[in-house]
Amino acid sequence: MTADTQPQTLNFECETGNYHTFCPISCVAWLYQKIEDSFFLVIGTKTCGYFLQNAMGVMIFAEPRYAMAELEEGDISAQLNDYEELKRLCVQIKRDRNPSVIVWIGTCTTEIIKMDLEGLAPKLESEIGIPIVVARANGLDYAFTQGEDTVLAAMATRCPDKTPVAETEKEERNAIQKLLHFGRQKEEVVAEESEYIQHPPLVLFGSLPDPVVTNLTLELKKQGIKVSGWLPAKRFTELPILEEGNYVCGVNPFLSRTATTLMRRRKCKLIGAPFPIGPDGTRAWIEKICSVFGIEPKGLDEREAQIWAGVEDYVKLIRGKSVFFMGDNLLEISLARFLIRCGMTVPEIGIPYMDKRYQGAELALLEKTCQEMGVPLPKIVEKPDNYNQIQRIYELQPDLVITGMAHANPLEARGINTKWSVEFTFAQIHGFTNARDILELVTRPLRRNTSLKDLGWNKLVKEEANV
Amino acid sequence: MKLAYWMYAGPAHIGTLRVASSFKNVHAIMHAPLGDDYFNVMRSMLERERDFTPVTASIVDRNVLARGSQEKVVDNITRKDKEEHPDLIVLTPTCTSSILQEDLQNFVERAQLEAKGDVMLADVNHYRVNELQAADRTLHQIVQYYIEKARKKGELPHGKTEKPSVNIIGISTLGFHNQHDCTELKRLMTDLGIELNAVIPEGASVHELKNLPRAWFNLVPYRELGLMTAHYLKEEFGVPCVEITPMGVVETARCLRSIQKVLNEQGATVDYEKYIEEQTLYVSQAAWFSRSIDCQNLTGKKAVVFGDNTHAAAMTKVLAREMGIHVVWAGTYCKYDADWFREQVSEYCDEVIISDDNGAIGDAIARVEPSAIFGTQMERHVGKRLNIPCGVIAAPIHIQNFPIGYKPFMGYEGTNQIADLVYNSFTLGMEDHLLEIFGGHDTKEVITKGISADSDLNWNKEAQTELNKVPGFVRGKVKRNTEKFARERGLTEITLEVMYAAKEAVGA
Repeated sequence: MTADTQPQTLNFECETGNYHTFCPISCVAWLYQKIEDSFFLVIGTKTCGYFLQNAMGVMIFAEPRYAMAELEEGDISAQLNDYEELKRLCVQIKRDRNPSVIVWIGTCTTEIIKMDLEGLAPKLESEIGIPIVVARANGLDYAFTQGEDTVLAAMATRCPDKTPVAETEKEERNAIQKLLHFGRQKEEVVAEESEYIQHPPLVLFGSLPDPVVTNLTLELKKQGIKVSGWLPAKRFTELPILEEGNYVCGVNPFLSRTATTLMRRRKCKLIGAPFPIGPDGTRAWIEKICSVFGIEPKGLDEREAQIWAGVEDYVKLIRGKSVFFMGDNLLEISLARFLIRCGMTVPEIGIPYMDKRYQGAELALLEKTCQEMGVPLPKIVEKPDNYNQIQRIYELQPDLVITGMAHANPLEARGINTKWSVEFTFAQIHGFTNARDILELVTRPLRRNTSLKDLGWNKLVKEEANV
Repeated sequence: MKLAYWMYAGPAHIGTLRVASSFKNVHAIMHAPLGDDYFNVMRSMLERERDFTPVTASIVDRNVLARGSQEKVVDNITRKDKEEHPDLIVLTPTCTSSILQEDLQNFVERAQLEAKGDVMLADVNHYRVNELQAADRTLHQIVQYYIEKARKKGELPHGKTEKPSVNIIGISTLGFHNQHDCTELKRLMTDLGIELNAVIPEGASVHELKNLPRAWFNLVPYRELGLMTAHYLKEEFGVPCVEITPMGVVETARCLRSIQKVLNEQGATVDYEKYIEEQTLYVSQAAWFSRSIDCQNLTGKKAVVFGDNTHAAAMTKVLAREMGIHVVWAGTYCKYDADWFREQVSEYCDEVIISDDNGAIGDAIARVEPSAIFGTQMERHVGKRLNIPCGVIAAPIHIQNFPIGYKPFMGYEGTNQIADLVYNSFTLGMEDHLLEIFGGHDTKEVITKGISADSDLNWNKEAQTELNKVPGFVRGKVKRNTEKFARERGLTEITLEVMYAAKEAVGA
């Protein structure tokens, strides 16, 4: 991307190695829960299905709202008609589950056999009368969490572009709002509206658990900023309105495609801020949004200081220690920046994909944080080679390695503390309030191993393998 | 296209990788897109493996797709050869990359020119076979490769071992209770005075494979993995094969008698009858359990059985023959080997079901309402929904199938484990009577410990809604801590803000 916007002093490398991360179709695991009226159909092979079932372990629980369209030999060799086959499956889904939207998740296989999902969807959509959103969450182009990016980018094009004209429709859209206000005086509602400062509509994008959505919405409300909607919303039928010139801001670092789609296709203005992860990031995120709307943020100093004071018991466990990110879920830069602020050092940040433009503000904050904390800048390694990384880990002996699941147990067996990176994908880590949860995760291996340290159980493999 | 919610057997490459990574010092290279190498996660997490899984993905991305992957795959093979000096590198595609129709055999040949170790392409059709068939095929391929290599070099050993000896074929990583079964089988062979010529593939070196023909017989405990290899060794070298699964008291005895027969045919004079009798009547507790008063209460209870061929067939026989339980239907997902299953279980159950459709199996369970299910993790899940207990007896594997304690399914200790599993799966004897007399466990409405019982604080609607979103198992704690926080500050109403503040302050 545009190289000139990146800070010159951070050291970027692209190892283009053999690395392990989860397949981007894993986004089904959290998106089906988030979008309650959805049905996800992953169009792929047994390999895809077995991944979701055995490595992610979601299949059994997701059953009512998630399925595989398993491609068989006839599909691959084009003996069967894709349209007829997909229609058969989608009609069955409509009959059995009647979702508000069917999300087709394209995979590597649909890419390779060049199945024209985008071409088939509109035709089938009008034939069966259920919206079909197509996302190409394939491992040829994307890594792990970027699956969410492909789905949200596709959904961004489905957001209504105008406040519905017909009054009745508007009523319906606000039905839930109305229920919430039920029994309250009209003046009260008006008064509530007046708590906000007048500003252009702001839509936030990124899938977060509902409590975190409420939490971040409230943080902005404290500054008088009203969040008009979230992409995704809890229900597909409640997607936010996006008009030309509206402001959008991301909450997750892996949503660069969604950001681009919102800017190019929906003509929205992107607020490029660091991500609201850790009290430092959350503060910077709020400040940036405030600055765009010309609002003087109130009380953020105290708020941040108060959070830091509240987590001091955890921070003192990691201060001065080092953490190595092998790279997995693209949250690495934000987490590293927060942990450096906590007093840790970070020799290396592996990351599957680095969009220096979308992550620009976060990278700048990382650099600033390193300078302020007086620690060396980390080396950022895009598409790392896991084998080489493990050699570097042996050399550096970091106090903690944040890694994908495949390497955690073998590293632990060699006396190296690890934390699974996927836990940060599923845990609630955004906002001021959840800083404690990040630290709870980060310090757990250290706390656990402190309680075991006198037992002498550090190396649990006999001789160092050739690795 | 098939609408699938669940798979009983994995894709082909998983089978190939299970075999390759079971061997000592063998590395597998996957030709696959990012994320297809989740085998490493399964092995590391499910099996709690301490060593790095010897599988590397040579990643197929958009660039590779455009240019072809030739150099990349060859480079990755030769690189691994230099880094870790494996005896053998097995190259495998996945369902996805196999349709690229690249000439992988050619890559292997090119890499072989440079590599010190051996290089091989796993010969498997990824759309026609599943995990189990692919594992069987890959093991056969590797064994054949090393036997032919030795033959060419004139290094094939002649004759049999001096004393009766066995190859145990089919123990592999990520197999259902394989490690414990293996220990039990080794113990059994030692008891019988049979030497272990080899155990493959788990823990074996490919260099030992040329010695396989020296064994007096092959023992294939699992029908799904090893039969192809055993049949190959029989055809080539006339090594007899015992393929009776030693699971349950009766089948274990049958297996031992079969071993006795093949040994005596080769000139040994062994008699295992006394050993069988001693184990059956006095050492194993399973026969005694069958005769005990406890098991009487299981008579005529209805059960269904579902799993892979090996475990479903063996379990059906144990339930019907050894415990007097009425097996309403028995099923397998090994459709490719259905005839064998039918022949094995037909006389022990009312109906045989051959299907890999979990929905149909769930319906079949609901239809007959058994007192217990013996199935896979999927049937356990169905059982939970229908409130029917389920004992898990077969793969697909789950972390629960790698217990830390010793839990074999085979041999005489296996019979004990199975008896426990069966007994614990049914409502127990006396309990059964009491339930009938008193009409259920809970005769009163449960008086819940109301978390809001004496709360002097008022939760507003938003906060209450938020509290309800907190997972049940921690909700009480969150509520208590929030209220404590509010009381300390003299607040009477709990709003969202108070909740968050409490969380920040005390981690509520």
